[in-house]
Amino acid sequence: MTSNSASVVSARNLGLTFETSDGPVNALTGVDLDVAKGDFVSFIGPSGCGKTTFLRVIADLEKPTAGSITVNGMTPEEARRRRAYGYVFQAAALYPWRTIENNIALPLEIMGYSREDRKARIERTLELVNLSGFGKKYPWQLSGGMQQRASIARALAFDADLLLMDEPFGALDEIVRDHLNEQLLKLWARTNKTICFVTHSIPEAVYLSTRIIVMSPRPGRVTDVIESTLPRERPLGIRETPEFLEIAHRVREGLRAGHSYEE
Amino acid sequence: MRDESFLKDKLLPIGTVVLLLIAVWYVAAVYLNAPFERDTAGRASTEIGFSQIVRNTMAQERPVLPAPHQVIVEIWDTTVNKAITSKRSLVYHAWITLSATLLGFGIGAALGVLLAVGIVHNRAMDRSLMPWVIASQTIPILAIAPMIIVVLNAIGISGLLPKALISTYLSFFPVVVGMVKGLRSPETIQLDLMHTYNASPAQTFWKLRWPSSMPYLFTSLKVAVAISLVGAIVGELPTGAVAGLGARLLAGSYYGQTVQIWAALFMAAALAAILVMIVGLAHTAVLKRMGAKP
Repeated sequence: MTSNSASVVSARNLGLTFETSDGPVNALTGVDLDVAKGDFVSFIGPSGCGKTTFLRVIADLEKPTAGSITVNGMTPEEARRRRAYGYVFQAAALYPWRTIENNIALPLEIMGYSREDRKARIERTLELVNLSGFGKKYPWQLSGGMQQRASIARALAFDADLLLMDEPFGALDEIVRDHLNEQLLKLWARTNKTICFVTHSIPEAVYLSTRIIVMSPRPGRVTDVIESTLPRERPLGIRETPEFLEIAHRVREGLRAGHSYEE
Repeated sequence: MRDESFLKDKLLPIGTVVLLLIAVWYVAAVYLNAPFERDTAGRASTEIGFSQIVRNTMAQERPVLPAPHQVIVEIWDTTVNKAITSKRSLVYHAWITLSATLLGFGIGAALGVLLAVGIVHNRAMDRSLMPWVIASQTIPILAIAPMIIVVLNAIGISGLLPKALISTYLSFFPVVVGMVKGLRSPETIQLDLMHTYNASPAQTFWKLRWPSSMPYLFTSLKVAVAISLVGAIVGELPTGAVAGLGARLLAGSYYGQTVQIWAALFMAAALAAILVMIVGLAHTAVLKRMGAKP
């Protein structure tokens, strides 16, 4: 993408405090961040660092308590109402009573796409995630990796330029995860989407991202932003290059610096 | 699981229990009916041997506990050997009760689902309604049934509807409780998904909450249909109804016709079993259509 000036997500001094029975919990404090169009941004950090919370704020699933955030220049709620993003959850969250193609049709039905349009889009997105021919299957007939691919297809089926992914491959084994990471990069190259990706795997973050946001807990905050120097074209083997290892090292250092050992 | 044989896995265990029950029943019949035979013999000042007593206890006209074959003969006699329009046909009486049961079950299920939808979608209804729903079931049905019938009679409603309403009174409860749970059964992640699509409450209901609640719905419908039958029978008792299984029970107890009572009881049990089975089949069919794992 050439128009890097346009910010898809822009956060200024963003904070979110949960009121719990044990007193307030600072999930996020003072987050300043811009995600440019076409970026692949990873959020990495230990649990409790607010990476998922930040993603949920973008998606208007949580309301910030301080600062400001815009998504496509709008409030997150307006952006959600305009269906600006597709969200991929930690679990596939497919509806078990719908076939794979009907699961992909779910957002299309809700958003009022015509029957022919739905059919074409299902076909296209199934092909995009390598699930052609599995449309008539029910979720339980598919492996965990295939289910997660179906849920990505569901998020890609409608015209949202922003893809929010919350540890989508966290529950999968490493071999499947490698494979899906590779596919995700290809998909990103083909679709020109902006992707925000939450993970706690360093190799995954380095392999996928153009930018890596390192976060730390208590209070949840951004401790480092690393611009990747890797090319956009990334074969799996790139993970053994010195350049890759150096970025991974920097991420690890960032995580260590921000980590508190109180837990 | 496929190669389970009907004979070995179904018939054998069930058959054994049935045979055992029948044996116990015969022994109990002899034991409970014997005093009458001894008294009769005593009054006539005749000696009566044990084998004679046993034979007599099997064929009393008004036994304390009729023998199984007496009940079976009575059921056969009042179903197969009578025209179903006859007032002495058990099928006729069963139909009277069944019609009230089905009407009451229908209203009860609909009311239960509507209340559950209201409770799930409206905070005020959730807070205010649920305690009343529960309180309604703490009142003994035997106490409230006559009043419903009398009040409705006073405003000119009689016949099928009052009985059906007693069925409704009992059957809406499991449906409300089951459906409130069912409609709330979607996981947070599934609801969040709907939120990200900016789905309307109606879309969330029809595309997520309603399909999620199907297993809960059918489970509560099974309970509801069985107690609907109980409600209809209870509804027939206090009114001196002339027709229906409840009326048969009542008439039987007035005239000491224990065989008739037992026959009506068995008919009611069979009816309940069939109704529950039909709901069970519907359950299986719906889940199969929803692509459930076989």
